[in-house]
Amino acid sequence: MEGQTETGRQATAAPSPEPAIELRGISKAFGPVQANKNISIRVMPGTIHGIIGENGAGKSTLMSILYGFYKADAGEIFISGRKTEIPDSLAAIRAGIGMVFQHFKLVQNFTVLENIILGAEDGALLKPSISKARKELRALANEYGLNVDPDAVVEELGVGMQQRVEILKALYRQAQILILDEPTGVLTPAEADQLFRILDRLRAEGKTIILITHKLREIMEITDTVSVMRRGEMTATVKTAETDPEHLAELMVGRKVLLQVEKAPARPGAQVLEIEGLSVTDDEGVERLKDISLSVRAGEVLGIAGVAGNGQSELLEVLGGMRAGRGKVRMNGQEIDLAIKYSDGKGRRARGIGHVPEDRQREGLIMDFTAWENMVFGYHDDAEYQSNRFLMDNAGIARIAQDKMDRFDVRPPNPRLLAKNFSGGNQQKIVVAREIERGPDLLLVGQPTRGVDIGAIEFIHKQIIGLRDAGKAVLLVSVELDEIMSLSDRIAVMFDGQIMGEGPADSANQIGLGCLMAGMGGADTQAMDGWRISEAAAPETPAQEG
Amino acid sequence: MEKMPGWADAVLVPLISLLLAAILSAGVILAIGENPVTAFKLMVDGALMRSAGWGYTLYYTTNFIFTGLAVAVAFHARLFNIGGEGQAMLGGLGVALACLYIPWPHWSLALIGASLGGAVFGALWALVPAWLQAKRGSHIVITTIMFNYIAYSVLGYLLVNVLRPVGSMDPATPKFPETTHLPSFRDMFSTADTILFRGAPANVSFFLALIACVFVWLLIWRTRLGYEIRAFGHSETGANYAGISGVKITVIAMLISGALAGLMAVNTTQGEAERLILNSTEGAGFIGIAVALMGRNHPLGVFIAALLFGFLYQGGAELALWTTIPRELIVVIQALVILFTGALDNMVRMPLEKLFLALRRKEAS
Repeated sequence: MEGQTETGRQATAAPSPEPAIELRGISKAFGPVQANKNISIRVMPGTIHGIIGENGAGKSTLMSILYGFYKADAGEIFISGRKTEIPDSLAAIRAGIGMVFQHFKLVQNFTVLENIILGAEDGALLKPSISKARKELRALANEYGLNVDPDAVVEELGVGMQQRVEILKALYRQAQILILDEPTGVLTPAEADQLFRILDRLRAEGKTIILITHKLREIMEITDTVSVMRRGEMTATVKTAETDPEHLAELMVGRKVLLQVEKAPARPGAQVLEIEGLSVTDDEGVERLKDISLSVRAGEVLGIAGVAGNGQSELLEVLGGMRAGRGKVRMNGQEIDLAIKYSDGKGRRARGIGHVPEDRQREGLIMDFTAWENMVFGYHDDAEYQSNRFLMDNAGIARIAQDKMDRFDVRPPNPRLLAKNFSGGNQQKIVVAREIERGPDLLLVGQPTRGVDIGAIEFIHKQIIGLRDAGKAVLLVSVELDEIMSLSDRIAVMFDGQIMGEGPADSANQIGLGCLMAGMGGADTQAMDGWRISEAAAPETPAQEG
Repeated sequence: MEKMPGWADAVLVPLISLLLAAILSAGVILAIGENPVTAFKLMVDGALMRSAGWGYTLYYTTNFIFTGLAVAVAFHARLFNIGGEGQAMLGGLGVALACLYIPWPHWSLALIGASLGGAVFGALWALVPAWLQAKRGSHIVITTIMFNYIAYSVLGYLLVNVLRPVGSMDPATPKFPETTHLPSFRDMFSTADTILFRGAPANVSFFLALIACVFVWLLIWRTRLGYEIRAFGHSETGANYAGISGVKITVIAMLISGALAGLMAVNTTQGEAERLILNSTEGAGFIGIAVALMGRNHPLGVFIAALLFGFLYQGGAELALWTTIPRELIVVIQALVILFTGALDNMVRMPLEKLFLALRRKEAS
């Protein structure tokens, strides 16, 4: 261990001209599917290298090979110029590779320190390892600005902090090369900024970073070089400074992509949804929604912005009949009974509320059902899907599903495939097709493009705008500020279960919305014309963190 | 992407598991100094080569179909119904009451009445655990196991103190009236010249079991209720999203499951014993778990697995009769089959999946 540390440190002190990682001709097939085809890249030490590509392009497979989860069918891996075999993740760690997964691999009820030494204990007794780790951690914190309370229990930390723990875990194991898989998927804009500052610092200290993402903005912001993957192949590797988002998107998808949503001005009609004094208390007795009032008109998109976990999910769940609430909600002028016992999903659908839920894998779809079964999920009681009083019209449903899959370009267009065998984007298309095709008066949409590739994002956005233009009301919840700003006609910002402010999307700006998302009012928010800022928003802008 | 073709999953995996169990069983038989080949021959001879053997095999098969279907239906809602034994016992009570206290003019009507009685009593016995699970979150595995013991005690009390005819030493009801007796296979299939299924207990309720298979298949894969049961079983949060009530599904699935288990009593109590005895279920409720496991909770699979276990039961009885192989060893063999086809399923599946992947890759390249 000690010896390795020495060589590791030397390598960072004087970056050699050898690439930190070089992959030559990596190929990997799963059955008939060629996930990686003859992939070669060189990543120089002390740089941040981005890898982008649509879901299923083979990014994760490539990184899994590098981290020893899969064995490549062909090809070679060179670490700092030396050919290295990586049969398992232990070998990867020994080679100085650290991985920060999209879904953190932390033990929730352990402290930060315990998580960091887990698997890297020095002996049977924990005490020496822990005190050593504590010292090491302090050094790392100073070196990279990675401050975390070592004795905090992980489950009490925010997502951003947990991610830091993952990074620290890798660094504690002497990682010279850090792989981050979609690291900002769960972060707020502010947290993402902090992460990028940390990555910047790591780069300055000579670490090599591979950043896997599908967000073009992040690639442009932080990487030095970027590789684009499409259908298992590396289609291009370019210097970030010499490219632009449009070009990268084209390389990813293989055709020109509209990054900006094109939409005509909204023509709002009658009130469809009116919410007055809506409150929700969860099972633990915590008040998740506090006296919320909102309304959505026909022909407009109301976007709910906010950091995940500030009551947006609960709002969607109450409106979708998945959870009980208190207060008044009127749909097309008729009051909805919010005091439900188990679920009123069917009742809400009957009133013309469609719902694209936040979590398509756990809620919107049954992963072990076929596509055609999922295409009627929630509407399976409808008369048109029955062949008689007792039996469902399975063949008819399959035909309808086939038709919808064709029109929504779900790939592969096979209704007999299980939902879990579709990519994230195509799963989401199944949900969107199901909910939009019913022509609901109000569509609830939660995180419509989470984990969805660019091509599908463009398609789903078009569908949402199409529904709006057909005179329907849309309530959109998303943690992606870009998405909220480009789709919405009006925006409301939620913080701690309350509406911090509400106003037209035209006059909103990123900084002002960011302040409101943190529960702050202040000058930036006052500058947004036509916005009503809640009294609950603290008047001061947050002090800048050092 | 599918890892291996459907036929391999449905046929090859259980077949190989079975083979492994057979090999290990042969080893055990060898170890106690008997010849496994002779033993196997004896089992096949006794269970399958004569019509009387078939009569016994199919009798056991009928029991296992009902209890296997009971477990399968509950499992589609991700409810592990271990209480088939108790539900079948109470089903026996329902059958007995229907046969004893209603004067049936003909066996066909008695069959319908007794089936209703068995199903209703079995369902009601499953209702309490279902209700506790749905409303209070009491784990259904625990409650159904406990309800087996309660069922045994309740039945014992009733047979000894209430239903036993005066002067009898046997904790059993009196014989059912003649008009409730079900036609046995012997009555149904023997001609004037040849007597088939001599002395065998298989009876018309075997066909009731086949109807139950079709019914369960329709229920699970063709009806809205089946759709909701499966949806709830796969994802509770998904069911909540779709507006499917988990309380309703839990209760209904367990009612159907309990009814199926209760129907088993038609075979044992009305069909065979023609009176209610204390231990008429003979552990068939537990075998149902293995049958459902091996049959992948599909009615066709349950039928085939029930046939296999029927063979093991009857063949095992023959072994105990003709060789020095003790009755307990039969239980060992049955346990090995359960172990390999149920618990060690993945042991066979994983290498097979790898094999198929490798084959496919070879084809692709």
